Amino acid sequence: MNIRQIELEVMRYDPEKDEAPWFQQYSVPCQEDWAILDALNYVKDELDTTLAYRWSCHMMVCGSCGMMINGEPSLTCKTFVRDLPDKVRVEPLENFPIERDLVVVLDDVMQKLHQVQPYIVRKDAPPQEDKEFTQSRGALMKFKQLTMCINCMCCYAACPQYGLDKNFIGPAALALAHRYNLDSRDQGKSDRLDILADHDGVWECSFVGACSEVCPKHVDPAAAIQQMKIDGAMEFWKQKLGMPGDKS
Amino acid sequence: MEHIKADVVIVGAGGAGLRAAIAIAETHPELEVALISKVYPMRSHTCAAEGGAAGVKRADDSLEMHFNDTVSGGDWLCDQDVVEYFVEQAPRELVQLEHWGCPWSRDDDGSVAVRPFGGMKKERTWYAADKSGFHILHTLFQTSLQFPSIKRYDEFFALDLLHEDGRARGVVALEMRSGRFFHFSANSVIMATGGAGKIFPFTTNGAIKTGDGMAMAYRAGVPLKDMEFVQYHPTGLPGTGILLTEGCRGEGGVLVNKDGYRYLQDYDMGPETPLGAPVFKSMELGPRDRLSQAFWHEQKKGNTVETAWGDCVLMDMRHLGEQKILERLPLVHELALSYVGVDMVKDPVPVRPVVHYMMGGIASNIDGGTPMPGLYAIGETACGSLNGANRLGSNSLTELLVFGKRAAAAAAVFAVQQDGPDNDSAMTLQAEAVVARIRGLLQQNEGVESIAGIRREMASSLEAGAGIYRDEEGTEATCKKLAELQQRSSGIEVNDKSNVFNTDLQGLLELQNMLDVAECVAEASNARKESRGAHQRMDYTERDDETYLKHSLAYRQVGDRPRIDWLDVTITRSQPGVRDYSGDKK
Amino acid sequence: MSRRPYIRPMSQTTWYMRNGRYKVYMLREMTSFLVGFYTFLTIYALATLASNSPQVWNSFLSSQQSTGMIALHGFALLYFLFYQTFPWFKLAPKAMPVQVGEKTLPGIYIVIGHYIVWAVLSAFIFWLAGVI
Ligand SMILES: Cc1cc2nc3c(=O)[nH]c(=O)nc-3n(C[C@H](O)[C@H](O)[C@H](O)COP(=O)(O)OP(=O)(O)OC[C@H]3O[C@@H](n4cnc5c(N)ncnc54)[C@H](O)[C@@H]3O)c2cc1C
Ligand code: SF4
Ligand code: SF4
Ligand code: FES
Repeated sequence: MNIRQIELEVMRYDPEKDEAPWFQQYSVPCQEDWAILDALNYVKDELDTTLAYRWSCHMMVCGSCGMMINGEPSLTCKTFVRDLPDKVRVEPLENFPIERDLVVVLDDVMQKLHQVQPYIVRKDAPPQEDKEFTQSRGALMKFKQLTMCINCMCCYAACPQYGLDKNFIGPAALALAHRYNLDSRDQGKSDRLDILADHDGVWECSFVGACSEVCPKHVDPAAAIQQMKIDGAMEFWKQKLGMPGDKS
Repeated sequence: MEHIKADVVIVGAGGAGLRAAIAIAETHPELEVALISKVYPMRSHTCAAEGGAAGVKRADDSLEMHFNDTVSGGDWLCDQDVVEYFVEQAPRELVQLEHWGCPWSRDDDGSVAVRPFGGMKKERTWYAADKSGFHILHTLFQTSLQFPSIKRYDEFFALDLLHEDGRARGVVALEMRSGRFFHFSANSVIMATGGAGKIFPFTTNGAIKTGDGMAMAYRAGVPLKDMEFVQYHPTGLPGTGILLTEGCRGEGGVLVNKDGYRYLQDYDMGPETPLGAPVFKSMELGPRDRLSQAFWHEQKKGNTVETAWGDCVLMDMRHLGEQKILERLPLVHELALSYVGVDMVKDPVPVRPVVHYMMGGIASNIDGGTPMPGLYAIGETACGSLNGANRLGSNSLTELLVFGKRAAAAAAVFAVQQDGPDNDSAMTLQAEAVVARIRGLLQQNEGVESIAGIRREMASSLEAGAGIYRDEEGTEATCKKLAELQQRSSGIEVNDKSNVFNTDLQGLLELQNMLDVAECVAEASNARKESRGAHQRMDYTERDDETYLKHSLAYRQVGDRPRIDWLDVTITRSQPGVRDYSGDKK
Repeated sequence: MSRRPYIRPMSQTTWYMRNGRYKVYMLREMTSFLVGFYTFLTIYALATLASNSPQVWNSFLSSQQSTGMIALHGFALLYFLFYQTFPWFKLAPKAMPVQVGEKTLPGIYIVIGHYIVWAVLSAFIFWLAGVI
């Protein structure tokens, strides 16, 4: 198999040693079918065992390995050497504090995922223990794409709104809220709209669409947020006009 | 050292750990659950499972049939009381997930759809496209967020089990981001740390699957059961080892050798079935052990295809058509395209067997209970003897749920009953000893060995001596090699001296755990002188129910190779018989 | 013990120069200047009307017909089309997906629908203005 020499420029930061992050160069002989993650693993195994980064599945599903590759938020296991120039810059995800090297602090977004109540809320009596809900394929289709989110947080790294204002709930968490709102089994939409209608919710988003462009799973959070804006506006007018609100 | 008191400590937040945590929170909201995981819960490797979860659903299926498939699939090494309970509870647990919002794929009438799977006589595998485990894990994680009694400790690396007078009392863990040590004490400890595929060179398992929980229990004196049974999945992508789910064959994909011949018919799995019309329990829907073994023989005969990544056979899916492939197997399609550059709509994909699942694990019973009171084990890290000598695909995701819940109930009751004050000072001493051991590792200078080097030697030695086929000479050599590597691993220096997110240190700790687990695999393979399920000996080619209708138990002996003991199999209604995979036609 | 997460500074004034995507975003936001200008122009036009003097009104009208003004209007029209209308219409199927059974209506129909509504509204305004 062909070997190609890649110059990796990796951001390093050890809070116990470094005042601020800096770049370290590694020259990595890459096989042609390698992803950037394979190159990082090569560094870790052969060149420098002190490099810190997160990864696990190497199959684009665990969401651990989001980093900036040449300025773009990407999964390193899904970004291939064959598609990149000879010089590749790897940095931790933008818009997040750096814990160490390529590892960022995720507390804030984990909190936000929690905040939107991402679980089925039932107002009716609980369903019978051994009976499933029926859900047509069409009803599943409505939210299926939104369930694909792997929480890689690339969208947060791309979102200018989140960069400017950390109170903004942000793309993945809003998409997650919308996923449950659209689920025919859920009855918690009104609760969630209440959380989201205030200023840190959907209205902060200026629909730049950067989040959707970088999402490795095509979740399209920007579209979800727009749909929620329409939902929110409808709910507002329904209440103004004294119409019964969305019960579910 | 920080001291945290909880009622139940759960180590591992994959499918098993999360299910257990929710069960305790629902039934005992007054009990505090500390949920420790070395990665954020949604990164756990349950997310990689593609195919689905088994549970009887259709009217033409029955619990009896699921029982029989599981027991014969496991080559009669399953504990049958466990299997009985499992098949009975499986449908209910899968419906429970449905109520929690799992986006199961649906039939025309809006009910949950089921697909065929290897070794199963009927369609009974519930699925969510080809991302079933991913959706199960996220559904469980998101559902768990509503319970305030579950306190999560994400990115905490559990180091060792604390125990006193033979009773489990807690664990010591390292907070990755600060380097601080935490002493968790609790009356009940549940191990849910997943499998150990990373001990092999070539695996579908993620980087985190290093057998930590098995090693922790083993070091504390708890035996590991049936470790010789390692499942190879017949269809991994060469190079990366990424899995192409059995669902591919369930939907009608076929395996051919370099001549385009469907070679499985030569290995007692024929007659050949028509293209696009798979027949349950035959040909491509035979069990994994048989399919992987057939590859080995084809390779020996020179019938495999040579690729840049070594010998492969081909999986042909073209006759399924683009629409079906993209609708039912979108992930697999993307993976093959990205990692080996093959569009399965147009071309056959090269595949080869790859280490996938550990049937063995911490010896546990139907309640998840282990020989150590207060210690429970569930999920892939446990060996509750549901899977016997060979797990049937899609039984393990359901296992996480059924026994996650049951073990949680037992652990909660135990935690409530044991109200005596624990001997804090003795436990603190024990915890401090663990910390001292870790600090010692950090202080070691002038290393002559490397983590990556020893890991590679371990993996290739295990593959050589305890791979798809084994014999006395090979297993013995591997046992010796591993003992040597144990020694040599003390010569590793941790270059990274930082307290913050020290993955170098973590790598060493994981390597030590893997070495322990690997030794048990090799030693148990050496001891079982028969062929059964996934354990195939070239020097003992027959199953020997006289001597070996028994579980193996590997015990740690300080400074020596593991000691192997034996335990009877529980048989309720199915006496050992012949495993027949020639389909319904014969 | 020794955590010290590092926060990379995000400049409040030049962050949008970071990549092409943000630059396009800023160009789009810049249409707000034109919106401001037209608001001002409308108010000014109303004021001239309110002055009740045909002369003032006519000179306003002719000022709008100067080459410079026509160029400006042309520029504004194109700017709006390229940075607002086209992108928005393109995204409309995402913000308002229409699902029929298991399939979403192909986006192109929704886009075409938007263009048709736009054409009808424009025709109505031309009709009001007496152009057609
Ligand atoms: C690619 C693939 C596909 C599969 N497909 C299927 C399928 O279709 N059907 C099926 O039934 N089964 C399938 N399986 C098997 C099944 O997915 C696994 O057996 C199951 O998910 C294991 O779940 P678990 O909860 O036991 O462990 P995991 O999900 O692996 O979770 C382990 C947890 O333990 C934690 N942990 C580990 N060590 C430590 C430590 N030292 N300190 C703290 N925390 C720790 C981890 O952080 C993690 O949270 C598949 C497996 C693989 C690899
Ligand atoms: S929405 Fe996309 S980019 Fe954002 S976290 Fe989810 S998968 Fe990642
Ligand atoms: S569309 Fe909204 S959420 Fe997405 S990047 Fe833009 S501002 Fe952020
Ligand atoms: S390593 Fe899991 S998503 Fe990249």
